[in-house]
Amino acid sequence: MALLEVDDLHVSFRTSDGIVQAVRGVSFHVDAGQTLGIVGESGSGKSVSTQTIMGLTRGARISGQAMFEGRDLLTLGQGEMRKIRGAEIGMIFQDPLSSLHPYYKVGWQIVEMIRQHDHDMSKAQAKARAVELLNLVGIPQADRRVDDYPHQFSGGMRQRAMIAMAMSLNPKLLIADEPTTALDVTVQAQVLAVIKTLQEEFGTAVILITHDLGVVADVADNVQVMYAGAVMEKADLRTTFFAHHHPYTEGLLQSLPAYGGERERLRPIHGQPPSLINLPPGCPFAPRCAYVMDRCRTEVPPLATVGTDATHLSACWLPHDMAARNELRLKVVGEPLPAQAEA
Amino acid sequence: MNAETTATVPEPAAGGDVLLRVENLVKYFPVQSSAFFRRDREYVHAVDGVSLEVRQGQTLGLVGETGCGKSTLARCILRLYNITSGRITFDGRDISKLSARQMRPLRREMQMIFQDPYGSLNPRRRVGSIIGDPFAIHKTATGQERKRKVQEVMELVGLNPEHFNRFPAEFSGGQRQRIGVARALAFRPKLIVCDEPVSALDVSIQAQIINLLADLQSELGLTYLFIAHDLSVVRHVSNKVAVMYLGQVTELAPVDDLWAHPRHPYTDALLSAVPVPDPDKAGQRERIILAGDVPSPISPPSGCRFHPRCPKAAPTCVEKDPVLEPRLGDAADHLAACHFPVEDGEDISKSRPTISADERVIESGLLGSA
Repeated sequence: MALLEVDDLHVSFRTSDGIVQAVRGVSFHVDAGQTLGIVGESGSGKSVSTQTIMGLTRGARISGQAMFEGRDLLTLGQGEMRKIRGAEIGMIFQDPLSSLHPYYKVGWQIVEMIRQHDHDMSKAQAKARAVELLNLVGIPQADRRVDDYPHQFSGGMRQRAMIAMAMSLNPKLLIADEPTTALDVTVQAQVLAVIKTLQEEFGTAVILITHDLGVVADVADNVQVMYAGAVMEKADLRTTFFAHHHPYTEGLLQSLPAYGGERERLRPIHGQPPSLINLPPGCPFAPRCAYVMDRCRTEVPPLATVGTDATHLSACWLPHDMAARNELRLKVVGEPLPAQAEA
Repeated sequence: MNAETTATVPEPAAGGDVLLRVENLVKYFPVQSSAFFRRDREYVHAVDGVSLEVRQGQTLGLVGETGCGKSTLARCILRLYNITSGRITFDGRDISKLSARQMRPLRREMQMIFQDPYGSLNPRRRVGSIIGDPFAIHKTATGQERKRKVQEVMELVGLNPEHFNRFPAEFSGGQRQRIGVARALAFRPKLIVCDEPVSALDVSIQAQIINLLADLQSELGLTYLFIAHDLSVVRHVSNKVAVMYLGQVTELAPVDDLWAHPRHPYTDALLSAVPVPDPDKAGQRERIILAGDVPSPISPPSGCRFHPRCPKAAPTCVEKDPVLEPRLGDAADHLAACHFPVEDGEDISKSRPTISADERVIESGLLGSA
């Protein structure tokens, strides 16, 4: 059984402009020791869905189910949720400066976190554990730096301190929401290495939310591509990159500058993402899609398996037989899938 | 290539005339010191002896980590900051000591595009008046003529000219960045400094703006100084790239040369750290993970500023400043400031420094033992 199983999650917010349908029927699951990468642009609902699971979207209208070890997280009360948050599910946010309290010492904040959940631990023990954790995530001279304030840490160190805090109670699941977006590449490499090593050591499941396909390629096992509050495509890492089905996944990958080889003109996805208040009828991606057909504008395509692979799902009306899909790709885009181009 | 040629002054490479030349530029910021009795003031060495040039119609990419001085350098070039010492020559004219008033006519020829399309546009003003600002400030067009000119630029950057009367809030991030580009283009400047122009945008929108900048460059013969921390974007847009570390240029080379033969260990580490959107390559690559963080620019390390984090650091690196010059028989336009440049095919992730530990960042935990 999966560690976390989310089924048909809907989240909407009432605003003065109308109802924002932030998440519209999202289902996914994560197994122990696995990393799920959730990719999408701003407003795709990737952060809202995980924050809802953690009970952090107040005032939202929520429906669906999020089973975590036999309990539905969406129906738990505040008190029960507080016991799970931090202890069983850890979280890392994008901005490490605003997630640490500027007034308290970094070590104190970790100690507080540990003692909040483990009442038997003495202050001294908890502090020793905090030093050990800071050491683990590569903070130099951790025994001294534990008494520093957040402003005395650099951006990368703060993010590592956040990871140390999130990992302090050995959670079974770590939700990392854009953990490296605010960091430089060299620091990003350090932080990703820390997450990977901790995962190997403790068998933690990780949900990594990012817009950076490079980061996904580096750490994810499975990938879920989201657009306008819904899942567009879901597959294992290699399929996502080399045998994707959905035109949005294709568009995302194509709009990246090639890392090696010729510098061609970039191929962006035209237009803008739709408003989540007035969604178009049909497929939300239809107005920007290169393959759009009449049917796409009126009927919402269901998330269905592609070819014979039961783990590869795509919400698109294009033929779900990969051979036929590739023929279309050759016709519309003028080139085969990257994997076939290499073969 | 032999030793004699490496010692000569770099020959001008292909391309137009030099539009912008920066020589030995230094910018220090005084630090508010709490020690009242301290006699010597402390300074942030934001830019410390940078020399480079940008040719007409070309793009120079400027990369480096947060705090390496790349934005300060850009702002000094535009004379938004007064410089501490050094020389800036723009279009054959020394602008390093011009007053704000003397600079004003030159502002038409050098413009800037900012990172944040939300913060850089006044939310209470209509788009037409934001883009029309340059015309108003320089008193070159009024009334209907100004409106016509503004709509012309709006069309040029792919905005609907009918949206003249809208507010910035009615536009998406990508469109706002187009407004920023339109404002910079109002006078068809010669040089545009792009300070992280796409890093606040989504991937699919990012590509739209990069294409727009490329089209404008070929159409109007623009020259760009392109600052970004996303190396794949820099590689895509630049002809030459300067890598900065703690206020100094550590390597300067044509873009393909730099990617194929990075000479400075810092460049090598930086390039290896870029996540590649390809699962097969991501697994294979040996990633050079630098220990520690960038040291304080208030008291930068002696000798080569990278030595406390460098896997190849040796005693020479602590004692002697490396010169920015061609290394290992590189072409005259590939400069690196390193005593022990990286050879082709060398794997520096296996290298160990030969200086004592207390001169280096203390490593510990997972990263140190990895």
